[in-house]
Amino acid sequence: MPLILSDEARMVRESALDFFRERSPITGLRKLRDDNDPDGFSRDLWRQMADLGWTGFLVPEDDGGSAFGMTGLAQVMEAAGRTLAATPLLSTALLGATLLSLGGTDDQKAEYLPRLLAGEHIFALALEEGARHAPNQIAVKATRDGTGYRLTGQKTFVLDGHIADTLIVAARTESGITLFLVPGEAATRTRLTMVDSRNAALIRLDNVAVGPDAVLGRPDLLDIALDRARAALAAEMLGSANEAFDRTIQYLKDRKQFGVAIGSFQSLKHRAAQMFCEVEITRSAVLAAVDALDQNANDAAALVSLAKAKSNETLYLCSNEGVQMHGGIGMTDEHEIGFFMKRSRVAQASFGDTRFCRDRYAQLMGY
Amino acid sequence: MPTFRAETRAWLEENCPQAMRTFMPENEQVAGGKRAQYVRPEQKQWLDRMAAKGWTAPTWPKQYGGGGLSSEESLILEEEMQDLGCRLPLRGMGLSMLGPVLLEYGTEEQRQTHIPPIIKGEIRWCQGYSEPEAGSDLASLRTRAVLQGEHFLVNGHKIWTSNAHHSDWIFCLVRTDPTAKKHEGISFLLIDMADPGVRPNPIRLISGASVFCETFIENVRVPAGNLVGPLNKGWTIAKRLLEHERKGIGGIAARNAAKFEISVEVAAKHYAGEHEGKIADPILRDHVAAYSMDAHAFQLTRRRAAEEAESGAPPGPLSAMFKLQGTELNKRRYELLLESEGFQGLGWEGEGFTKDELRFTREWLRSKANSIEGGTSEVQLNIIAKRVLGLPD
Repeated sequence: MPLILSDEARMVRESALDFFRERSPITGLRKLRDDNDPDGFSRDLWRQMADLGWTGFLVPEDDGGSAFGMTGLAQVMEAAGRTLAATPLLSTALLGATLLSLGGTDDQKAEYLPRLLAGEHIFALALEEGARHAPNQIAVKATRDGTGYRLTGQKTFVLDGHIADTLIVAARTESGITLFLVPGEAATRTRLTMVDSRNAALIRLDNVAVGPDAVLGRPDLLDIALDRARAALAAEMLGSANEAFDRTIQYLKDRKQFGVAIGSFQSLKHRAAQMFCEVEITRSAVLAAVDALDQNANDAAALVSLAKAKSNETLYLCSNEGVQMHGGIGMTDEHEIGFFMKRSRVAQASFGDTRFCRDRYAQLMGY
Repeated sequence: MPTFRAETRAWLEENCPQAMRTFMPENEQVAGGKRAQYVRPEQKQWLDRMAAKGWTAPTWPKQYGGGGLSSEESLILEEEMQDLGCRLPLRGMGLSMLGPVLLEYGTEEQRQTHIPPIIKGEIRWCQGYSEPEAGSDLASLRTRAVLQGEHFLVNGHKIWTSNAHHSDWIFCLVRTDPTAKKHEGISFLLIDMADPGVRPNPIRLISGASVFCETFIENVRVPAGNLVGPLNKGWTIAKRLLEHERKGIGGIAARNAAKFEISVEVAAKHYAGEHEGKIADPILRDHVAAYSMDAHAFQLTRRRAAEEAESGAPPGPLSAMFKLQGTELNKRRYELLLESEGFQGLGWEGEGFTKDELRFTREWLRSKANSIEGGTSEVQLNIIAKRVLGLPD
């Protein structure tokens, strides 16, 4: 199992780091928030990301993508996490691309994939219904209506839900949970204003009629897509944790009190060293998880649970220690360190908090 | 490489006695030396066969009797031994600490004299580092060595000298220039413990065992040729040796997870019961999962560091955390075992407890030394803060 990057992945990493640093720094997120931007992300930047090929990393070459894989996409996610960039990477380049590539019919692929790849069509997975990530607790109903279905119910915390051109709705049919492609405007959508200033929405489906061609894919598809989402989000969180850590170390060297740099105090040094260990251990778990997904390894689900759990813990640690070690300035809106703490809480809850991941890991390991 | 793996496997299957493919209790670990005692004859047989191939020190040069294997071949040997359940034929401070340092800093004569007997398990070494007033602040040590013609005259008091009472030689840090700054007046000296002026006294520990000694050194004359490296430049060697020591201690978690060791989840199911395949106590189950996940992620980090080294990248900062993380995880493992066992984990000796239960009690106590010996966890955090993060003094 390679836990070091190939030359190709390293190149993607470098160009992604440059891209976000130069074109999408944290000031970008702040501006989206302060302008109350209706989209919550920059369409222009998204098209630039599509031009770099990032929307096609999980799409096979026959369908117009590069099939570069999860390890490559994780490099982009990590770089995006460094600057807390608000993008549809997770909703569209990961979830949309995965569900359509693996589960779409030829017609569905032909209709949606070219526009997805070009950065011109946004997807959103409408999954959650309760206060926590619970992929099996689905009450939204899809009832037969002629050859098609009618969908009724409510979804919450739908990432990029209010701007999605197409919603992918998980609904309960007589045979279990089925995914449906639903035009965004067919639903009643309420944007949720989240603490991290990123996109989420409440979605109401009121007897929405869809044709038989709206059914997407096999039943196990959702599990695969969710594991990819967990791993990609873990990579993003690793980037955010590493950035919060780097900024805090720099602050410990710059900030002087009692006539010396506060980084000379042992109480802070030891906590800084602990953070270093956690960031590096988390990096190993993330690399192992995305590689296992690329290889379809048997232990992929366990490694993904491990990676998400470690990222949850480590971003929580680094963002909270970041605020504490910055002292009073860390409590101000003007300083950027607080953005990491806000993002941490939302990312922790997305696609499985630590309790969820631990329970799943134990289950997979047979205890 | 596939050929090497197949050949290695075949050799091990033919040469490793069945009795040496079983769980190795602490009292059956082989450390060699002139006074070595073997509980079973197969221990000596296994040691001699492995030593003849140089596989007690797989990566050391063949000219001194080592195996001459590349690190990749050595890893394969280790994996095949683990897979067959082969015991480590020999361990000790000669192999894990002194040998690598002599190969790097020793004279040709010192290597030829000392390395072959280490590989064959003929000489057992111990470590004369700490002193009663020099623990974490090791460089403040006061054992004096005065050069008098062809000899050093050595006087001092060492402590925590593991297994000194079973050892033949001791490698010592001694002060050779009391006027210099504390790091600059230290030398690295090899001392034959056959001299009656070297007196080790075992110290009884919380686990009931007495692996540590305090060792008195009184008017011992040591040939000047036993100085390793330049006079007063011993601190560099001392630090390098500590890196080897920390690697060894940090690997404890990995070794304990090997073939015969009981896993915490099995123990938790056994003592706390099982419900629908899960550990019945949800709080204990959560603790077990949290520990196991941290241990898993740590193993992945060790593997990543090995892959980075194998790819020829310069040694990264990862190794700085291994001693700290490995020992803290090992302590957590024993805490969890005891938490799982309840009353059964609290026996000291006698009736009412299984052999394993009594062993875990002692090992739980022993594990507490992991984060003290070879540089405390706090010292490791200082090292990371200074060397890796560049935080100011």
